[in-house]
Amino acid sequence: MSYRFGHMLGIEPLSAGEITFLLDQSKPFQEIQRHPLKKLATLRGKTVALAFFEPSTRTRISFSTAASRLGADQMNLQAESSSLKKGESLLDTVRTLDAMKPDCIVMRHSSSGAPDFVARNLALPVINAGDGTHEHPTQALLDALTIRDRRGTLEGLNVTILGDILHSRVARSNIHLLTKFGCRITLCGPAMWIPRELEFLGGAKTSIRRVTRIEDALVDADVVLTLRVQQERLHEPMIPLDEYILQFQLTPERMRLAKPDALVLHPGPIVRGLEIDPAVADGPQSCVLEQVTNGLAVRMALLFLMTGSGADAPPEKDSSHAAD
Amino acid sequence: MQIVEKAQLMTATEIDRTVQRLAHEIVEKSGGTANLALIGVRRRGVPLANRIAQAMRGIDGVDVPVGTLDITLYRDDLSKVAAQPILQSSDIPFTVDDKDLVLVDDVLYTGRTIRAAMNGLFDLGRPKRVRLCVLIDRGHRELPVEASFIGRTVQTSDTEIIEVRLKEIDQEERVVLVERVS
Repeated sequence: MSYRFGHMLGIEPLSAGEITFLLDQSKPFQEIQRHPLKKLATLRGKTVALAFFEPSTRTRISFSTAASRLGADQMNLQAESSSLKKGESLLDTVRTLDAMKPDCIVMRHSSSGAPDFVARNLALPVINAGDGTHEHPTQALLDALTIRDRRGTLEGLNVTILGDILHSRVARSNIHLLTKFGCRITLCGPAMWIPRELEFLGGAKTSIRRVTRIEDALVDADVVLTLRVQQERLHEPMIPLDEYILQFQLTPERMRLAKPDALVLHPGPIVRGLEIDPAVADGPQSCVLEQVTNGLAVRMALLFLMTGSGADAPPEKDSSHAAD
Repeated sequence: MQIVEKAQLMTATEIDRTVQRLAHEIVEKSGGTANLALIGVRRRGVPLANRIAQAMRGIDGVDVPVGTLDITLYRDDLSKVAAQPILQSSDIPFTVDDKDLVLVDDVLYTGRTIRAAMNGLFDLGRPKRVRLCVLIDRGHRELPVEASFIGRTVQTSDTEIIEVRLKEIDQEERVVLVERVS
């Protein structure tokens, strides 16, 4: 069963089947990272526009490397050094890029809904690399691939998400994804960062609870997703960092409450000594480096599916005899 | 657009005899099996490669390693395949460097699949030698590709298709010549 994706704006509209398909299609690209020669010519002649209106290092480099390894060319827009400073609107900016005929656009923006806006105004596949506090679909996909590879399944796991969930698009995308597989989600952090409304994500059958004590959150966890403390938000009323460390830091002692084979995930960048103890960050349960490698595979798979030749042909059920 | 069966080219027994003969030929023309390895091209090259390796175990007593190669990412004609191709992984559990490789596929036609397979192999290392073994050679080459080991050579026209059906994939075992009739 094959699926088509016109855009990748978020996890929320996807079915479990579509997500499983994307994870399965990422596997060949994981394998290619182990080849001595990692470059393919599959997207040769295609151009991927990278429009990052918000600073990013790891996601941008990941998408850029994914495009390069598939043989595609790139258009690179970076907010700091762009005409946006001269007051150009989002629409004008993307229309300018579009006039140079890229085959898809990967965009990150500080406003929730910006990629959706672009998708409605351009006839170009749009991949959301993070929009405001809304979604970061490729992060959730790479987290899911990491979990599935390590645990063998995504079904029915106890997943604890720690930290500033209010401002986290990573948390929201992960919640959407994991609840589609029947995972039980526990949200934990300072009360002002765990809005009540999040318990209602995903509909009636999902299991999402909020707790205020990290010890309660970690008991029997299969997966612990640690978010970073967004210190750039220090101007907002906020818990003092010392308090945060005391109450919510993920330490080896606290991790013992989780299942012995529990996984620790972090979207990065890690601040050792703040949200996470170095022993946990660098310990055997930590999956951070695998997450990064899997991120490359997931993004290659997405670029291939959305811009590869045949991406606009109608899907057929069985092409087994089409080869020569 | 209909697909009409025009002729049966090989029965199950004939397929088996041909596989045995190909295994013998490869062993004979390889100066020994020490460095030999088979690479099945997905999809139907894979069961064929496994069967040839199995036959070789009977001849030489040696286990020739078998890898599988998915060539989707190396194709030059993805848009003509019409469907959204579903990627499978390649699985070659040995180093390709300095190996005497035999690519195995069901049908050799334009040669583009084998060109793509070689691209895939050379991304993995530097084989000592690469030869090709196919069950059916149906002519109409568009690239300078030739098979060293051929089960059967069949003359075909452009509207005809040769379908190799193997029990591991198709739940039946025969080779048929079919034609697209509009």
